[in-house]
Amino acid sequence: MNGYEAVIGLEVHVELKTDSKIFCHSSTAFGGAQNRQVCPVCLGLPGTLPVLNRQVVEYGIRVALALNCEVARFCKFDRKHYFYPDLPKNYQISQYDLPLAYDGHLDFRTDDGEQHRCRIVRVHMEEDAGKLIHRNENAKAPYALVDYNRTGVPLLEIVSGPDIRSAEAARAYLVELKTVIQYTGVSDCKMEEGSLRCDANVSVRPRGSEVLGTKTEIKNLNSFRAVHKALDYEIKRQISVYEAGGRVVQETRSWDEEKGVTVPMRSKEEADDYRYFPDPDLVPLVISQSWIDKIQQDLPELPEARRRRYRKEYGLSAYDAQVLTMFRETAEYFEECVRLYPHPKTVANWVMGDLARLLNAEQVEIGDCRVRPGQLAALLRLIDAGTISGKIAKEILEEMFASGKDPQAVVAEKDLVQITDADTLGTLVDEVLANHPGPVQDYRQGKTKALGFLVGQVMKATRGKANPALVNALLKEKLDR
Amino acid sequence: MLTKAEVEHVALLARLDLSDEEKERYTTQLAKILEYAKILDELDTADVSPTAHVLPLQNVFRPDRVGPHLPAEDVVGNSPDEEDGFFKVPRIF
Repeated sequence: MNGYEAVIGLEVHVELKTDSKIFCHSSTAFGGAQNRQVCPVCLGLPGTLPVLNRQVVEYGIRVALALNCEVARFCKFDRKHYFYPDLPKNYQISQYDLPLAYDGHLDFRTDDGEQHRCRIVRVHMEEDAGKLIHRNENAKAPYALVDYNRTGVPLLEIVSGPDIRSAEAARAYLVELKTVIQYTGVSDCKMEEGSLRCDANVSVRPRGSEVLGTKTEIKNLNSFRAVHKALDYEIKRQISVYEAGGRVVQETRSWDEEKGVTVPMRSKEEADDYRYFPDPDLVPLVISQSWIDKIQQDLPELPEARRRRYRKEYGLSAYDAQVLTMFRETAEYFEECVRLYPHPKTVANWVMGDLARLLNAEQVEIGDCRVRPGQLAALLRLIDAGTISGKIAKEILEEMFASGKDPQAVVAEKDLVQITDADTLGTLVDEVLANHPGPVQDYRQGKTKALGFLVGQVMKATRGKANPALVNALLKEKLDR
Repeated sequence: MLTKAEVEHVALLARLDLSDEEKERYTTQLAKILEYAKILDELDTADVSPTAHVLPLQNVFRPDRVGPHLPAEDVVGNSPDEEDGFFKVPRIF
């Protein structure tokens, strides 16, 4: 990057999870059989009239407010024209000069801990296009198959300002945007299913310059990793073009994941001439302040606000706060546990540690986790009460996770109550000492490491149920006598 | 004045393959139509706010409910070609 700086802006498309499409009653369900979720409206048949799905506006305003945008009091829909088989009407209904919302910002943090702010230029509503499947690509008669199930699925397009300065910052922006949108509950944001898609505009310029260089647009970014790698590649490519005395050509390029390069795309002929005009089939939208206020009130606490609160109120590290707020469900689970068992750091360790491990291993979402917050809190109280050891608690958690049982029930059933009775343990300690004269001698000759072995033997004899602190104390007492 | 190059551009956008004779003819005809429409420029619209829609309607919504889909045979019934319930189209690029 010697002497150069990158200027990046991202265009993100998010599919809204309404039940029906934006302008008709066809289903938006993902993965259905081809062309089985279509009707005359989304097929663009003559004589049909689109009617706006109110929920799309509601969801759009929710995202706009979460991104600190001004919501337009008046907006409208426009037709964007281009010919492509995935677009049955030969135009896409979108918003051109009067978008739903504008002038927002998103705060995010890069992995190095640095805080950034990126402007949100606009948020607008539009309809998705269909899907093309290419066949016989290398044969004599290539053709394409079209599935219009996705046609008319509601999309929000979120356009950032050219405020991002590195590939890592672009990745971090996108992760935070996804987190915020998931918090608002309007989209699954699954990049692998295409419900979150990203295009990037990137240029480079000499550091300190205010003039923008020629930009390229990068498409086919299907994962967070792809965004990072493709931009890294493209920034280096553009710098090397300038270093060699050349000029960057304004063009659309596609990320080739396998080869790890961006390649120029054959452009749709004069595709930039979209001939926008207001859609006469759709009437304008007038959004009242009371509607906006109502949606604002119903917004959940957003991730950044939560992170600040976790650090301040709960005394958690920035890292813990970041991990716990990545998904709204995790944050809500954690907070419910803390409400019932007010030791945030302990709860955080269990939620991020053993519980997360079990959830990952079994591919279970925390919302479906059989261990409910009240049960985890009860488990932690059993440790505090000395009923069970921390080690046994991990075992009990596994059983709770599998069966959904209360910790008390698991303890009783499996006879896992901690042994804290000094007489019972004393007898066991005596037995272990008698059976292992070698280590006993080692210890007495100053090899204190042998103590660990002896503790282990007592724990083994009790199947882990002995109170470790008491075992330690008893062993020392007898050995040092 | 409308130029022949502009007619060629519009024809390309509309995927129309015009002959040279047609291009000449449409350049003249379209120029006349545009000239006529220019009468509108004579109106003083200084006090008229931009109009997005001519009807006095706003906020026409439908509820988010799924309704019946088109039967499979009707979906592809009118298409020139189909395969497996998909619309079949020539290769694009």
